Amino acid sequence: MKNRITDLFEKKGKNILNIFYTAGFPLLNDTRRIAESLEAAGADIIEIGIPFSDPIADGPTIQESNKIALDQGMHLSLLINQVRELRSTVTTPVILMGYLNPVMQYGVEKFFRDAAAAGVDGLILPDLPLHEYVNTYKSLAESLNLSVSFLISPTTSEVRIKQIDSVSSGFIYAVSSSSTTGAKKEFSEEQISYFKKLQSLDLENPFLIGFGIFDFKTYSQACSYAAGAIVGSSFITALKESNDLPFDIKSFVRSIRSK
Amino acid sequence: MKFDVNEQGYYGQFGGAYIPEMLYPNVEELREKYLSIIYESGFQAEFHKLLKDYVGRPTPLYLAKRLSERYKATIYLKREDLCHTGAHKINNTIGQILLAKRLGKQKIIAETGAGQHGVATATVCALMGMECIVYMGKLDMERQRPNVERMRILGTTVVPALSGSMTLKDATNEAMRHWINHPTDTHYIIGSVVGPHPYPDMVTRFQSIISEEIKKQLQAEIGNPYPDYMLACVGGGSNAAGAFYHFLSDEHVNLIGVEAGGKGVDSGESAATTALGKPGVLHGSKTLLMQTVDGQVIEPYSISAGLDYPGIGPLHAHLFDVGRVQFLNVTDDEAMNAGIELSRTEGIIPAIESAHAVAALQKLDLYEDDVVVINLSGRGDKDLETYIRWGKY
Repeated sequence: MKNRITDLFEKKGKNILNIFYTAGFPLLNDTRRIAESLEAAGADIIEIGIPFSDPIADGPTIQESNKIALDQGMHLSLLINQVRELRSTVTTPVILMGYLNPVMQYGVEKFFRDAAAAGVDGLILPDLPLHEYVNTYKSLAESLNLSVSFLISPTTSEVRIKQIDSVSSGFIYAVSSSSTTGAKKEFSEEQISYFKKLQSLDLENPFLIGFGIFDFKTYSQACSYAAGAIVGSSFITALKESNDLPFDIKSFVRSIRSK
Repeated sequence: MKFDVNEQGYYGQFGGAYIPEMLYPNVEELREKYLSIIYESGFQAEFHKLLKDYVGRPTPLYLAKRLSERYKATIYLKREDLCHTGAHKINNTIGQILLAKRLGKQKIIAETGAGQHGVATATVCALMGMECIVYMGKLDMERQRPNVERMRILGTTVVPALSGSMTLKDATNEAMRHWINHPTDTHYIIGSVVGPHPYPDMVTRFQSIISEEIKKQLQAEIGNPYPDYMLACVGGGSNAAGAFYHFLSDEHVNLIGVEAGGKGVDSGESAATTALGKPGVLHGSKTLLMQTVDGQVIEPYSISAGLDYPGIGPLHAHLFDVGRVQFLNVTDDEAMNAGIELSRTEGIIPAIESAHAVAALQKLDLYEDDVVVINLSGRGDKDLETYIRWGKY
C-alpha cells in the first residue's frame, strides 16, 4: 500500500491542515472520537501526541494535556490499540508524535513495527538524534512504509536543513519561531523571510509550518509559503473547553480554514 | 583517557545529545568550541586566578583525627564546603561564565534544586555583570527560602517552575524551555554532569580540580597520591565526577558513589538511581533513569534537596555499568546521624548531601592502614531548618 502521507502530498500538495492533539485527552478514550470528528471536519493529517511526563519543547497548554492524559492512565500500547481501532473508520493519514523515552521503553523497533501494523503512516520523534535514526532505524522505517519527519527551526543552518531534508520522508516540520509550542502572535517580518528562505531552498520534501498557527490568518499566511500548517495548542484548548466534541471540532476546523 | 567521552559524546552506551532541533544550534556550538575555549591559555589563567582569589582554592585536605579514630582508618575530608558560596558548585559556574563570555552571550539561565547551584550562578553573574534568571521549583522555593533570597540579593531573577511536581526536574524543564525561546543571546549553565553532550564532560572538567588537588595534597601528606577509598555523594553527580576524575585510571583506588536511599530503597520514596533506574532519556542524555515501565519519569525523594534527581550523569551510569565505581545508598536517617556525628567529632556541620558520603563510612570494611578521602561537597548552613525539623541532636 502506498503511504497515505506521500499520497496526500501528491494529490493535494497545498493548504494541508495537520491537526495535533494529545492521546487520552480530554478523556482516556477520546482518541478515536476526536480522530473521527477531525476526518469529518476535513482535516488532512491527524497527528496524535504520545504523552510524556517531561515534554521540554512544549508550552503550558500541551504540558497540561500530557499530564491529564497520564493521570488518566494513558500509555503507548493503549494508544497503539486506539489507532488500530480508529482505522476501522478513519482513512485520513495518522502520525504519532512523541518524546523518545516512552518509545525507548516500549522498544523503538517494536514501536515502529506495531505502529505501522496498527495503521500509523508517519512518526515525529523530536529528540531522536538524526544520526541515530539514519544508522539504526531508517531502513526499518522504509521497509515498513512509515514516513519520518524531522523538525527544523529558524536557527537551523542551511547545511543542516539540507541534511535533514535528505533523510526525512513525508514532509519537513518547520517550526515557525524560536519557541516552545503555544506561542500566539502574528508572524513577524523575520519569520516571513525565514519562510521565504525555506521556499527558495527547493527542498526534496514539502514542508509544513507549525508552532504559532492558531487562526485563519496565521494558517493562510503559512499556507502561502508552505504546503500547509500544523495546529496544536489552540486545538487542545478548544477540546478542553468543549461540551460537544464533534460539533466543536467542526467549528474549530472551519475557523482555521475560513474567516 | 579510558573513561573520557568519545567523539560522538558517549560514555559506553550512555550520553549523547537527545534534544529537539530548536536546541541543536546552541548545543552544537558548545560542542564545537568548548575544548578549544577552556584549554586556551588566557582562559586557564583567568579561571585559575578566580578559583584561587575568589573561590578560595585550593580547598584544604583535612585529616579528621577523631573520625579516623572512630572508624579505625585514616580519614581525610576534602573541604569543598569552604568554597565561596558554601559548596563545590562554584567551580563549574566560574568556568561556564567565562565560557559564556567568550561565546558572546549576554544572559545566563540556570536551574536549581536546593538553591546551591542557583546561588553559585547568581554569584558569578553578579561578578561578571551579567543578567541572570534562575528557575526553581515552586516547592523548592518554599523549602529553601534563604537561598531564594540570597539569589535575589545578588540581583538574580528567580522564576518558580510551576509544572509537574515543581522540583528540580521541572526547573530543568523550564530552563530548557527558556533556552528554546531565547537561543541566541543566552547561555544555559547546567549545574550538574547531566544534560546533552558536551555538558557532562564540560562540567566534569571544571569540577576535576577537586581530584587534581587531592592528588597533590595526598602526595604531600602521605607520600603518595592514591587513597584506598574516595567517597562522594551522587545526585546528578557533579562533585563525585570532580572527585573521581583524576583517579579513574588508577584502578586500585576504590571509588564509592553514595546515593540517597531516602526512606529506604524499596520504600517507594528514594532517589537511589543505580538501584532503581533503567536506561532512558531525560534532559538531553541517555542515562540511568527512575521511571515507570511506560517510560514516565518518577519523582524521586530524599531528605536532601540536592540529591533528589531522578537520573545520574551519563558518566556515572557508565562507571556503574562497567563496575569502575561502586554505588552505595544511605537512608535519610543514616545521613542525618552522620551529619550530627561529623558535627560532634570534627566541629563541621556538613550539607545533608555531603552527610550521605560520611554515612557510607559504616558500610565499608576498613583496615587500619586504609586511607579514605571523603569529598565534603558543601556546608550545612543551608540545611539548618532540616536539621532542626529532624530534631535528634
